[in-house]
Amino acid sequence: MLEIRNLHARIVDDGTEIIRGLNLTVKAGEVAAIMGPNGSGKSTLSYILAGREDYEVTEGDILYNGQSILEMDPAERATSGIFLAFQYPMEIPGVATMEFLKVAMNEQRKARGEEPLKIPEFLKRVKEAAASLSMEMAMLKRPLNVGFSGGEKKRAEILQMKLLEPKLCVLDETDSGLDIDALKIVSDGVNALRAPDRAFLVITHYQRLLEHIVPDTVHVLYKGQVIKSGDKSLALDLEANGYAGVIGEAA
Amino acid sequence: MNMHTQPQRTPAETALIDAFGDRLSLLPGDGAVMLKRDDAIETIKHGLPTRRVESWHYTDLRRLLNTVPDFDPAAMAKAIAPIVDGSTVVSILNGKSDAKVPVLEGVSFQRLSETLVDGSAAAGLDPYGSDDAIGALNTAFVADGYFVDIADGVELEKPVELQNLQAGGQTHVRLPVRVGAGAKAVIVERQTGDGAALGSSVSQLVLGEGAEVTWLIVQEQPETATHLAQFKAHIGKNAKLTLFVMNAGGRLVRQEIMVRTTGEGADFKLRGINLLAGDTHTDVTMVLDHAVPHTTSTEIIRNVVTGKARGVFQGRINVHQYAQKTNAKMACNTLLLSDDGEFSTKPELEIFADDVICGHGATVTEIDHDHLFYLMARGVDEKSARGLLVKAFVAEVIEELDDEAIVEALEARLDGWFLAHG
Repeated sequence: MLEIRNLHARIVDDGTEIIRGLNLTVKAGEVAAIMGPNGSGKSTLSYILAGREDYEVTEGDILYNGQSILEMDPAERATSGIFLAFQYPMEIPGVATMEFLKVAMNEQRKARGEEPLKIPEFLKRVKEAAASLSMEMAMLKRPLNVGFSGGEKKRAEILQMKLLEPKLCVLDETDSGLDIDALKIVSDGVNALRAPDRAFLVITHYQRLLEHIVPDTVHVLYKGQVIKSGDKSLALDLEANGYAGVIGEAA
Repeated sequence: MNMHTQPQRTPAETALIDAFGDRLSLLPGDGAVMLKRDDAIETIKHGLPTRRVESWHYTDLRRLLNTVPDFDPAAMAKAIAPIVDGSTVVSILNGKSDAKVPVLEGVSFQRLSETLVDGSAAAGLDPYGSDDAIGALNTAFVADGYFVDIADGVELEKPVELQNLQAGGQTHVRLPVRVGAGAKAVIVERQTGDGAALGSSVSQLVLGEGAEVTWLIVQEQPETATHLAQFKAHIGKNAKLTLFVMNAGGRLVRQEIMVRTTGEGADFKLRGINLLAGDTHTDVTMVLDHAVPHTTSTEIIRNVVTGKARGVFQGRINVHQYAQKTNAKMACNTLLLSDDGEFSTKPELEIFADDVICGHGATVTEIDHDHLFYLMARGVDEKSARGLLVKAFVAEVIEELDDEAIVEALEARLDGWFLAHG
């Protein structure tokens, strides 16, 4: 589903190269965990997949279902089924959450050649999704993410993911800022979405999240490259021994 | 006696002075009113204000007012649906009130022409300082409007909508409103029409003790019209006034706001939205006097500038010497969406008391790229995402009004503007 080939990317503003020859393949139905120390390029990778303009790909390619996405803008990528759950979701005053959800859901439907949702159907879906994530509807009456706690924002991201039904879900440190109960709710939300035609890229610092969202593969990112790949036991190994061993091996 | 030499009159000045001569016999008013009219036209004879007059520095009326249409008594204007369903509507059509006024318990509506004829309107016709060109223009020509009186203790469930609808030519109207002690009301002032008109409109609000009023000015003149307006208010003891101004049209617009707190505990909120497009000029000028101790105010103005539009906000807060414990905050934020557009902000604080909190701030920004990315990352195309964010920038001020019917009504006006200018 996703194939990243020898990707090099830098920050547009100052030219700093962050991704330096990254290779990664994720199959449909797979949950791939990306781990790595601070500054290894994990969040940058998620932004590049989503199409953020602050980064520039200088070499290599990103293939999604066999097609390069490099020329697609963030909206085109999103409507083709790529979803980024932000590490720090934006607060956007003045944009009503419900209105935003409706617009975003209908953009997905438009891309699939479907009619816009009727209001009762829209409300029903949002209510169901919110209930499954233990979110109060009152929260969704507020402007987008405004005044949400860190945990509420993460839940709101998963809510959007549920409603938009993407095919490639990129979760950027979704566990950060979550207490154990919220972590469980969010993880259950993600697990419920696991499907043979859907892949996940779960970016995290800690093994903790991977106890709840059990990955099929684990990849260690360091200095903008995948330096080691393995199964879920690799995450346990990292938890026990830290990144130093793996980094040492690769050096 | 005026000793300094007058520059040659502009065609607009000449047209106004000539029009006064032609109209004089048709203008209602007793002796006192006619004297005020004479004084007012003298002010205009001295020339319209230029940029050398401080309060008109960013709106050089003499230069910008380049044509003055003739009066067009035959033009027809039609009443329109109110912005909030169920409102009590009074309409001024092409400058004229209707003899048939609505019946609303606790509220009286009187045609302004009657109060000019009997002279009771005379006291309100005095100019506001020496640079009051709008006041002078209006006093010279005002022919009609409505005087609205809301009795003490009356709490209106639905808004009263005052419509000033022009159909071209000139219209000069006045809307004095008295709100009695403890009364509560929402008043909508609609300023619109379909002609290349020159209009002046002066609203005068007096709030009794403990009265609470939300006053919404919805200005949607066509891009051919000149709209010169004043809103004056006195806020009594423990009374609260929220003034919301939405400018979403007009070729040359100046909305002046003169507010005075006259009793302790008075509170004033100004919320303004200027949606500026095309080759237009829009000026909102406020003078707020905190004249007694323990009064509060906040002013938030949001501007969206597109095309070649030019905008101005002048906000002057005078804290008088005895007005201790005044708390006043003012902010003016502009979203500049065009390289050819401009917005000028001039905050002024004149503080003569020593125990007060006063602050002001102004920002000019473009669309936040992080916000844009977030919306696009959810599949919203760039144009729609920008539209959502621009609307959000101003909608924030509307949502603060905290009354569902009003918020919905104003957002509908907003959507209309974005549809036409998006």
